Amino acid sequence: MIQVSSDKILKYLLFVASLLILLISGAMVLSLVQGSMLSFHQFGWKFLVSDKWDPTSGSEEYGALLFIAGTLFTSVLALLIAIPMAFSTSLFVAEYFRNTRLASVVSTLVDLLAGIPSIIYGLWGFYVLRPFIVDIGLSAQGYGIFTSGLILAIMIIPYATSLTNTTIMMVPNELKEAAYSLGATRLEVIWNVIIPNARSGITASYILAFGRALGETLAVTMLIGNSNKMPTGLFSTGNSMASVIANQFGEASGLQLSSLIEIGLLLFVITTIINAIGKYIIKKFA
Amino acid sequence: MTQANVLLENKKTNFIPDSFNGRKLKNGLFLSIVILFSLITISLVFLIIGTMIFKGYHQINWAFFTQTPPNTFEAMMAKSSETLIPGGIINGITGSLYMVALASILAIPFGVLIGIYLYENSKQRYAGMIRDITDVLQGVPSIVIGLIIYLWVVVHITKGYSAFAGSVALSIMMLPLIIRSTEESLKMIPDSLKEAAIALGTPYYKVVWRVLIPTSFTGLMTGILLAISRILGETAPLMLTALGNPAINWNIVKPSSAVPLLIWQFYNDPNMVDLIWSSTLFLMAFVLILNLLAKWIAAKRKF
Repeated sequence: MIQVSSDKILKYLLFVASLLILLISGAMVLSLVQGSMLSFHQFGWKFLVSDKWDPTSGSEEYGALLFIAGTLFTSVLALLIAIPMAFSTSLFVAEYFRNTRLASVVSTLVDLLAGIPSIIYGLWGFYVLRPFIVDIGLSAQGYGIFTSGLILAIMIIPYATSLTNTTIMMVPNELKEAAYSLGATRLEVIWNVIIPNARSGITASYILAFGRALGETLAVTMLIGNSNKMPTGLFSTGNSMASVIANQFGEASGLQLSSLIEIGLLLFVITTIINAIGKYIIKKFA
Repeated sequence: MTQANVLLENKKTNFIPDSFNGRKLKNGLFLSIVILFSLITISLVFLIIGTMIFKGYHQINWAFFTQTPPNTFEAMMAKSSETLIPGGIINGITGSLYMVALASILAIPFGVLIGIYLYENSKQRYAGMIRDITDVLQGVPSIVIGLIIYLWVVVHITKGYSAFAGSVALSIMMLPLIIRSTEESLKMIPDSLKEAAIALGTPYYKVVWRVLIPTSFTGLMTGILLAISRILGETAPLMLTALGNPAINWNIVKPSSAVPLLIWQFYNDPNMVDLIWSSTLFLMAFVLILNLLAKWIAAKRKF
């Protein structure tokens, strides 16, 4: 009898623990929504499409558009730069030098990139990459969309490679051998056999890497220039959603604080949607 | 591959179709591009870590680990007389260890319990939902976690920035990592082991405590160490919760410093710049050691 009841206690304990996840996530959404109410009542849906951000008291007006634009521009650029690098590294590790010592060294080094904290990337970008960009004459100050995108690209390479590696490795050998036996070159095998077979996994891993880039804070804060204006080109300065929260949170109160929380809510929604799409592709096709 | 090579060799000696030369060229070109891009990727690792070591090593001394940071004036004096900046990052080191320890105490028990729950009920729809939400939680940007903990803890519980708020923020970032790693390492235990225990009439809690946890222990440790190494460098959520403190602080409801917070502070103060690289070097070494330890444990595990 005692055994049965202690089993039940454990089962209930486990179940109750699982409720914690529901509680945390529910309360998160609730308090973000609650915190952004003040701003929502004031600006309504116009908040999403207004590019004004003016904290001067008396004529306060807030809109999220320029931060949304900054976040999307830097993240898309990061993804575009990261894809060739990440895909090459994946092919190096999972195809060309598969199961060799060299491949394991390379994949360990790429994993190491994932272990470097965001703030260190920011510093490195600020003290090494930014002067370099100034030196080669791409931009006068070195701040802006391009520099942030570049550093974000380095940061997301490990996230883009890990899942891609696994899916490339899972392509059945018989298929590849069949193509080789027909006289296909390695490139043709990669192009016609590996990529079509591993397509969904590769797509998913790049989507998840994109989700990572969206939420990165300090590395972008240190490099994007933090100017509250619409980015006009690759080398223009701007601001991102995460950066504006990090920069202005300390002094914000009232309407400004509420607007920052609403930006946080938007960032939460966007990253959640992107991650959900990535996970859905993995579940559906893998 | 060997078959293909033989085929290629035969083609070379017997008959070379015109189109094949172009294809071979493309093939070689593509390989060179792959190698080039891979080299660029891994050289970035050396560049970043090299910068830290090269610029940071000369500030690493005894004072660095035992004293609090100098104020701006002291740093400026040292800079103008071209001596090393006095002081260190002890308040950051203690703050980081304190908050990470507290976060671990909060996150590990719940994480392991929820991981066991997901493993035991893996087919249920409710468990699937919990798993999906855990994934969502893992993807939430760290700055948003900081915002939320500000709203929960800083505003309502500690009525001000505090070490506790920082710990809660870090623990929420740890939780999904520990849940998933627990579930994954439990999945690797052979069913026969569990079945054998159940066949002997072992009560369920004993199966968990004496079979599941011990056999997956190395896996659990790996997951925990990786989670700690992940949150050790987190800066953004701490800016909104723990704020920073120029002195060592053990009071849970008072603001506390952390190594990444100090780095951010040094970055914003032009006189302190020289302390940045030694602090990042220290942080990186710490993260790296935890990572390597986790990998080493993982390599030794049986299940």
